[in-house]
Amino acid sequence: MQKRVIFKARGLPYLLVLPQIAITVIFFFWPSWQALESSFFIEDAFGFSREWVGWQNYRELFNDPGYLRSFRSTLIFGLSVAALAMSLALGLAVAANRVLRATQGYRTLLIWPYAVAPALAGVIWYFLMNPSLGIVAYWLKGIGVEWNHYVNGDQALLLVIVAAAWKQISYNFLFFLAGLQSIPKSLIEAAAIDRAGPVRRFWSITFPLLSPTTFFLLVVNLVYAFFDTFSLIHATTEGGPSDSTSILVFRVYNTGFIGQDYGGSAAQSVILMALVIVMTVVQFRYVERKVNY
Amino acid sequence: MVENRPLLKLFTHAVLILGVLFLCFPVWMSLVASTHGPGALSKSPIPLWFGDQAWENYSQLIFGGMSEAGGVPVGMMMLNSLIMALGITIGKIAVSILAAYAIVYFRFPFRMGFFWMIFVTLMLPVEVRILPTFDVVTKLGLLNSYGGLIVPLIASATATFLFRQFFLTVPDELVEAARIDRAGPMRFFWDILLPLSRTNIAALFIILFIYGWNQYLWPLLVTTDESLYTVVMGIQRMVNSGEQLPVWHYIMGTAMLALIPPVIVVVAMQNLFVKGLVESEK
Repeated sequence: MQKRVIFKARGLPYLLVLPQIAITVIFFFWPSWQALESSFFIEDAFGFSREWVGWQNYRELFNDPGYLRSFRSTLIFGLSVAALAMSLALGLAVAANRVLRATQGYRTLLIWPYAVAPALAGVIWYFLMNPSLGIVAYWLKGIGVEWNHYVNGDQALLLVIVAAAWKQISYNFLFFLAGLQSIPKSLIEAAAIDRAGPVRRFWSITFPLLSPTTFFLLVVNLVYAFFDTFSLIHATTEGGPSDSTSILVFRVYNTGFIGQDYGGSAAQSVILMALVIVMTVVQFRYVERKVNY
Repeated sequence: MVENRPLLKLFTHAVLILGVLFLCFPVWMSLVASTHGPGALSKSPIPLWFGDQAWENYSQLIFGGMSEAGGVPVGMMMLNSLIMALGITIGKIAVSILAAYAIVYFRFPFRMGFFWMIFVTLMLPVEVRILPTFDVVTKLGLLNSYGGLIVPLIASATATFLFRQFFLTVPDELVEAARIDRAGPMRFFWDILLPLSRTNIAALFIILFIYGWNQYLWPLLVTTDESLYTVVMGIQRMVNSGEQLPVWHYIMGTAMLALIPPVIVVVAMQNLFVKGLVESEK
């Protein structure tokens, strides 16, 4: 936790932490406190007066079918993005780990999408799938699928899932590759001597040994899908059609800035903050303990 | 490789090539689209190979200032993105290396309190508490300024942790030696700790630069002044331009311009990037 040998100074350490703490208090604790506070008030649209309403904002949220639907689409969205991005990345990492000399070359070709902003990933896929001139939509029509995410809510959700997962593959790939490279070769060789084939070796040795990485990535991917994809949705579907892609973090923004409902947006913020905190705690408890067999 | 199986080897390469194609194809299509004029992009299927409008499109984008983009040249938006990304990166590194130094090398009241205050900010993205943060920035009068774009995003638990982790591995003998030579704490920091942290700083720089460049919601809210638009956020105004149909060859050109700088950073400094990414998250 700390050094055995340290410096003695009275004011200096405070001076050193001051910038970090000041920014954290001003831009983190103060707003979070305000969100908590205003979630118990109803404010008029101009901010002139407000009224204490207790839990009413929360009650209204959970009685609002739209909000509950957002929970559902967030869950579908998050789990699909995590499953898609992680399984593809695992496959690629296993393959890249097998080709000895070419690993580096493939790695270069596979990691760059990490640098693409989620908003750009969204816009690019939005273009590819555009019903009137997108090339993917054209191909889909060729095999008999009518693609129109402007009208069809499920297709719109699928579009943002694919775009979000596409961007996240590189990240997962790097972590899986690092995990695979840390597995001792001797274990694999011993299994090979016992005549276990590649598939058997993967499922009974590699995959269990990767479980800490897998678990870590699961949490990171869910956090990514729940929160970082705001820009992806805002730049493309804007939550529509008819709310089908309005995930929770998008709704916070929409309720607050477009709907001008301060209390409702603040209550949603508080719920999301609680969700993140729970995920962070889970992350730390289990990652420290190293899920393993 | 444990055994020689030619078929499996073939299959492995096929999987990798398919993966590369899947990742590259969308960007290829947008690169191609950005070199065509409006005519080629008005009917399906759109061309799969480059057109001849690349020069016109890109020079128009970078210097022209089109009405579709709110009259702001993309070159200017890129400059704003660069200033914001560098500001966030340098600010984060400076602020968190100092905090980590204080927490590791000094013993003072509330040390652990400060540590936990930084810790709880760890995974809470700005999107979640967007409205109140916006309020605070408004009250401080930071709207429409580089300060408002940069400062609120500077606090970073991740960077503080990374530096703390690294400082804990620095041998104690160095501090002892420094103290014997009567070097004060700041002297030790400048002359010994900072040079030792060079690799970590460089790795972190890449990750944070990408983070800063790719910011979206924050610039969207804080800037109403067109001369402060950043490129990642500016593109949204072209896509959802209301009544008009989106002008795809310009949008894709802007997308290319917006993604090229961070992609170059990642590819050119690949090893440092991988090191930074894997270590800052563990």
